[in-house]
Amino acid sequence: MPMPGLPVQEAAGAAHPLAGTFAEWIWLVPVLPFVGFVINGLLSLVPATRLGPADPSEGGDGHAHVEHAGGTAHDDAHHHPARHPYARLVSLIGPAVLALAFAVTAGIFGVLAGAHAEAPFVRTLFPWIVTGSLHIDAALQVDQLSMVMAMVVTGVGFLIHVFSVGYMQDDPGYPRYFAYLNLFVFFMLVLVLGASYPVLFVGWEGVGLCSYLLIGYWYSDKANADAGKKAFVMNRIGDFGFLVAMFLLFAHLGTLDFVGVGSRASQLTEGGAVVTAIGLFFFLGCAGKSAQIPLYTWLPDAMAGPTPVSALIHAATMVTAGVYLVARSAVLFSLTPVASLTVALIGAITAIFAATIGLKQWDIKKVLAYSTVSQLGYMFIGVGVGAYAAGVFHLLTHAFFKALLFLGSGSVIFAMHRALHHTGSHADAQDMRNMGGLRAYLPWTFGLMWIATLAIAGIPPFSGFFSKDEILASVFARASHSTLADASLLGIPGSALLMVIYVLGLAAALLTAIYMTRMMLYTFHGPNRTGEAERAHLGEAPWVMTGPLVVLGVLSVAGGLLNLPAFMGSLSQTLHHWLEPVTGEAALRITQGEEAHLALGTEGALIGIAVLIAVGGIVYAFMRLKPAVLLPKDQSPEAHGFERVLEHKYYVDEIYDRTVVKPVVGISTRILWKGMDAGLIDGLLVNGSGYLMRGLGWMGARLQSGQVGTYAWVLVIGVLAVLGAFSIS
Amino acid sequence: MIPEALALSAVLFTIGTIGVLTRRNAIVIFMCVELMLNAVNLTFVALSKLYGVTGQVFVVFVMTVAAAEAAVGLAIIIAIFRHGQTVNLKNINLLKG
Repeated sequence: MPMPGLPVQEAAGAAHPLAGTFAEWIWLVPVLPFVGFVINGLLSLVPATRLGPADPSEGGDGHAHVEHAGGTAHDDAHHHPARHPYARLVSLIGPAVLALAFAVTAGIFGVLAGAHAEAPFVRTLFPWIVTGSLHIDAALQVDQLSMVMAMVVTGVGFLIHVFSVGYMQDDPGYPRYFAYLNLFVFFMLVLVLGASYPVLFVGWEGVGLCSYLLIGYWYSDKANADAGKKAFVMNRIGDFGFLVAMFLLFAHLGTLDFVGVGSRASQLTEGGAVVTAIGLFFFLGCAGKSAQIPLYTWLPDAMAGPTPVSALIHAATMVTAGVYLVARSAVLFSLTPVASLTVALIGAITAIFAATIGLKQWDIKKVLAYSTVSQLGYMFIGVGVGAYAAGVFHLLTHAFFKALLFLGSGSVIFAMHRALHHTGSHADAQDMRNMGGLRAYLPWTFGLMWIATLAIAGIPPFSGFFSKDEILASVFARASHSTLADASLLGIPGSALLMVIYVLGLAAALLTAIYMTRMMLYTFHGPNRTGEAERAHLGEAPWVMTGPLVVLGVLSVAGGLLNLPAFMGSLSQTLHHWLEPVTGEAALRITQGEEAHLALGTEGALIGIAVLIAVGGIVYAFMRLKPAVLLPKDQSPEAHGFERVLEHKYYVDEIYDRTVVKPVVGISTRILWKGMDAGLIDGLLVNGSGYLMRGLGWMGARLQSGQVGTYAWVLVIGVLAVLGAFSIS
Repeated sequence: MIPEALALSAVLFTIGTIGVLTRRNAIVIFMCVELMLNAVNLTFVALSKLYGVTGQVFVVFVMTVAAAEAAVGLAIIIAIFRHGQTVNLKNINLLKG
């Protein structure tokens, strides 16, 4: 269906196979959520009305009184359930636009799958920035990578929207929540569908904005607002890197769209300083957005937002944007072994570092947050060693099982909150020490979260096993034969470094199995620690919330089918082959022109080790941890020694506070504020010019004596002076 | 004839100027201003002998303006006198900055 009047730019050749097909309608995909944002945003201007009796123990159905589920705000408004007058309309529009966007995406995905397009299809909407030699169109790109990402964003996004309908139903800001969520999906789609770095950057900044808005959604609590600010500021540091990388790219290649960069990348010296700098600066942006060392500390704090937000933005989609960016820039990264090794190494260190912190967290969402940081590290290992398909594969499976884990934890928190609310208890609804034995009360959530746990731990045949194994196998294969192995980073040969990364990956897998099992044990197993009165009110959430969990559960189990290991025959490596037009060339450059295939025996041994480690971790956790003797939060003893260090997250936040935040605040206060602003600008320039004018005015006033005689004298002397001057000349 | 007329005009103008500068009485200053105007008129008339009738026409204009000025000026002086019972400029400095 061609759109008359709108130019269609062909990526390569005269007629792209997708030109004139349904793919022309790609612009609908981001526009639909944007329409949802506009409608919900307008509805959010209507104030919420209070419903029901003020006392939560009177009348109404149970969950009608659960407000701010998962939140920590316990203000007066808490006891006055306030459902928004247009809540029903919003519940319809919010998920519906996502469902439509998903349908359109799926349609285009189908067209793309049938077309066997080797080159990306670029749909130009309008010229955006045209100045000098810089020409940037607002254009969307349909290719294998962008469509996979769009499927995840709209698909998982839709499920999380549906879950939110139940989770947020009694929040007075319900339409505002959905407006933000729709806006987020819009920007995320711009990010993944954009056909050039600047368009991607618009989405990149937009999702950052929505992340900020949603982390601070319950902004009346200062801690939440601060968490939003922290996320925003840390991302700014990363964005600086992204911008510098873009400038470098334009300065050296003269183009910023993906097709142009792809065709001209060979102009850059392989392994040269320029391409390495571009790669490292891009990775700085990725480290900010995807919470890698050293910019990861915002992500655990981001859990201050509503739990579905944590699932959508801070687990499944936005935080994976960095991985997407590296995969999208594969052609650049494959030219620079140093930057690629850095990406993989930082990923590996982050994976193990965050996993150790996850071992000792008590807040169920914090465990999952550090788990996300750790798994993102895994993805960066994948894209860092040039196994772009493997990295994206882990991104997909992680989106499934981590969204499931977060929504499951949302379901748990929802139940806990409701129970605690009924008795007016102010115990922490998110602390695992206050939970225990929820298996009996939340059977569906229990089963589904175990599926996700087995998936993330890497137990076959769950999805996480395949993706994690693929990454580790890729690292192992490249350690012996690749451009990375021949290169060196900081004097360490690449082959040794890759083995270190492999071992770190295995260790992180072990820790993942342990901390996830720990979370499950303390939450669902053992005796219940909520207290007699609360226990009666524990129960499964409504189906609008459990339904999405079931779908995600199925995906978490079956997600591995997307990319089975190579030895499994004709159905294997589907995703790998699918992404070949986008990343295949770059991956081949890193593996020096050969497909990286391990011998069957080696691959079997690697799988054996990985499974052994995962099972070992789970068994160890079961033997070592005793949920039966765990005490509720307020009775728990303080941790000691290294456990205490872990519980305090290695004191990284404190270290950053001392070394960065305090000096910056100090300099800002003393020099920039008191010195520059108050002293120089306010004092000298603003007030100073005022004083100067006042002085001049004082002198002028003295001249203005009011004596006409004096004026006449001045006049005559002036005339004589002028005449004198004339007659002299 | 013309040099004498111009000399007289210069003398009259100087007397008028000195009067404006040294006297304090508004009426006297006003008269001195008139003297200066008429000194200029004399110059015009004298020079019209050389340069044509334009100078004489100008004199008519000057006298008209001077008459109007006299009316307005005297009215102001009367108003000032009513306000402060004086026309001594030393005591009148309402426009002091």
